[in-house]
Amino acid sequence: MIAELGLAALWLAAALALLQLLLALGIGKEAGLKAARPIAVAQGALTLVAFIALIILFLRTDLSVELVAANSHSAKPWLYKFAGAWGNHEGSMLLWVAVLSLAGAALALLERRVGEKMLVATLGAQAALGLGFYAFLLFASNPFSRLDPAPAEGRGLNPLLQDPGLAFHPPTLYVGYVGLSVAFSLAVGAMLTRNVDAALARAMRPWVLASWVFLTLGITAGSYWAYYELGWGGWWFWDPVENASLMPWLAATALLHSVNVLAARGGLKSWTMMLAVVAFSMSMVGTFLVRSGILTSVHAFAVDPQRGTFILVLLAIYVGAALALFAARAATIREGAPFDPVSREGALVVNNLLFSVILGVVFVGTLYPIIAEALSGEKLSVGPPYFNAVAGPLALLLAALLFIGPVLRWRRDKRPLAKWVLPSALTAAAVLAVTFAFVPGMSILARLGLALGIALLPASIMPLFGRSLNRTPLAVWGMVVAHLGVGVALIGMASESAFTREKLAVASPGDKLHVGPWLVELAGVAPVAGPNWTAIEGHLRASRGSGAETLRPQARVFTSPYTETSEAAILTNWNGQLYAVIGKQRADGWQLRLWWKPFVTLIWLGGGLIGLGGLIALVGRLWRERRWGREAL
Amino acid sequence: MKPKHQRLLLAGLAIAAVLAAVLLAMWGLRDRAAYFFTPVEIAIGKAEQGRAIRVGGMVEKGSIRQESDGVTIRFLVTDGEARIPVRYTGITPDLFREGSGVVAEGRMQGDTFVADEILAKHDERYMPPQLGNQAAEHAVEKTLAK
Repeated sequence: MIAELGLAALWLAAALALLQLLLALGIGKEAGLKAARPIAVAQGALTLVAFIALIILFLRTDLSVELVAANSHSAKPWLYKFAGAWGNHEGSMLLWVAVLSLAGAALALLERRVGEKMLVATLGAQAALGLGFYAFLLFASNPFSRLDPAPAEGRGLNPLLQDPGLAFHPPTLYVGYVGLSVAFSLAVGAMLTRNVDAALARAMRPWVLASWVFLTLGITAGSYWAYYELGWGGWWFWDPVENASLMPWLAATALLHSVNVLAARGGLKSWTMMLAVVAFSMSMVGTFLVRSGILTSVHAFAVDPQRGTFILVLLAIYVGAALALFAARAATIREGAPFDPVSREGALVVNNLLFSVILGVVFVGTLYPIIAEALSGEKLSVGPPYFNAVAGPLALLLAALLFIGPVLRWRRDKRPLAKWVLPSALTAAAVLAVTFAFVPGMSILARLGLALGIALLPASIMPLFGRSLNRTPLAVWGMVVAHLGVGVALIGMASESAFTREKLAVASPGDKLHVGPWLVELAGVAPVAGPNWTAIEGHLRASRGSGAETLRPQARVFTSPYTETSEAAILTNWNGQLYAVIGKQRADGWQLRLWWKPFVTLIWLGGGLIGLGGLIALVGRLWRERRWGREAL
Repeated sequence: MKPKHQRLLLAGLAIAAVLAAVLLAMWGLRDRAAYFFTPVEIAIGKAEQGRAIRVGGMVEKGSIRQESDGVTIRFLVTDGEARIPVRYTGITPDLFREGSGVVAEGRMQGDTFVADEILAKHDERYMPPQLGNQAAEHAVEKTLAK
């Protein structure tokens, strides 16, 4: 019954989306202005009903539903039953659509800055996006289809996915991905109604900021998840799936900066519209990469061509239509006041160019293997050597731009700038000199990363100088915190890549191993059991000078479905993490892999700060506009 | 500068950025893309010595040998036509076993493939199709989780 209710809600929502699109196309003009908002809200509510229905089916482990039977198991802990609702293709696409239409509903409820005509056009664009994905769900990946007869037990969830991180990581990323759809729709609405102005930018900004915060936190959390769950000791693998989330983030970061120019100065209009289109296009590219199965290989894509082709066609239609609209309207968009190269606008243009180039090289590197295989049948992979070499230096240039960009004035800056730049530049040079003097054999990227990261700590707070701190807007605080986070993360990345110590050995109980400053003793190995797994657990005693800490890495075996995983044990200190993995039993003991990673935690701390900065700026913007709104009334 | 000129300049910069990205990517890809080879392709000498490549095939039954240090193994990768000896130092992934598929990343040194990394653990998506793509669904789940 619940499955049918969910399906009915989905169909109804699709019908409303069609109606909303027709209204935007000008059918029933007067009625359209009145009806657009309520329809968008109803559509959002219906998809929410459908999504809740799916969650209930998973919580109850209703095995007569195909999706539940294929992905769940009655013996699973409830959290994973709950999260299992979106731990599969159909469920995650339903979540995607639900977020898309709820974003439309929120826009309809809250947006009062832009004109009604433009809002109807925007909601129409949002409905057009929704329609494609409703069709995808209903025709190619129905989450509610029934199984008759129902099996006695479900097939279970991949044990790797049985982790609290799973419960929150995909939804966080999806909110970020799909939140960008609003920026896309607003850009389309504004271009259609010829309303590309500062009011549009102010309407778009909170959506971009919020999506960007979710993406930032989602990527940071995903990186930590891969770090502790995969047991490989790495935090970023340049895996196509990781790139799928990085590309929208890169575009959103560029958009976030350029939308400020439009909001504050009325400049970079066409540029911002283009970025809004590109940002959501990257979200769709990411969805396509992850959802089509094309990453397995072009051949796997052919195994399930319907889904992959469906998303690819949607992608082509939406991006093509938006770009065509852009081409048609770009010439009619009037640019704002001109600016000097040395100005806040100038720095933001450089920021945007650098982000665009990084996005370009990541995009090419991610898609090249797929295209090469499709065209010539040649199989290849593009990995860290490529991405680090092409994207690394550009990212460092961006970091160096932070020495000067945030302190520049709008329009033109004729002040002597040395006093702003010199302290940070000297810090960077000093750190660089120290690494050359004392740390031989460090890679040049790591040296520069460390130098720029440390120098960014003072550089990022420069914009606060000469301001009264009480009267500094929250948005500026947010910028400072986010840029500080960039510095912190850079230090962590450089330190991890340059100073990590690794030890790989076979040890029997009583053996002692040295790794970095640590002395690690294997005290014993014992079998342990969990709700749906058994494991062998190593008991390690780690000491550094005085005192001893305990680590318990496990090698787990899950029963349904049968899978082996290793659970790393991580000991976090103020200055780094000791990371231990236990491997297989050998004649003379157990395989142990130990890493000492100085300051590795700064990577995620920095990511968290970047997200926090975005959050502070978002709160500041919303609060300020609320106050202005009240004054205007 | 007039707004119109500025606008042209910005458009020019945008196009230059796109071109720069493409050129940079092409330069980067020229010698940094790791090509995928099957054992028979290596046997006929298609793989250059010392260049980063991937080898995919099945771990031949009964071929895994443990070295005395306890963490280095040697085994043969086969595609039914040719076999290539592989050496790897590290903890092998959980799905690594005789008779199942494996993809190793590393380089040829003489006749031996020295692997830096073994991808077997839930990395079905790296499997060459002829070795069975049973786990495409699996890969989708995994990819979602990342």
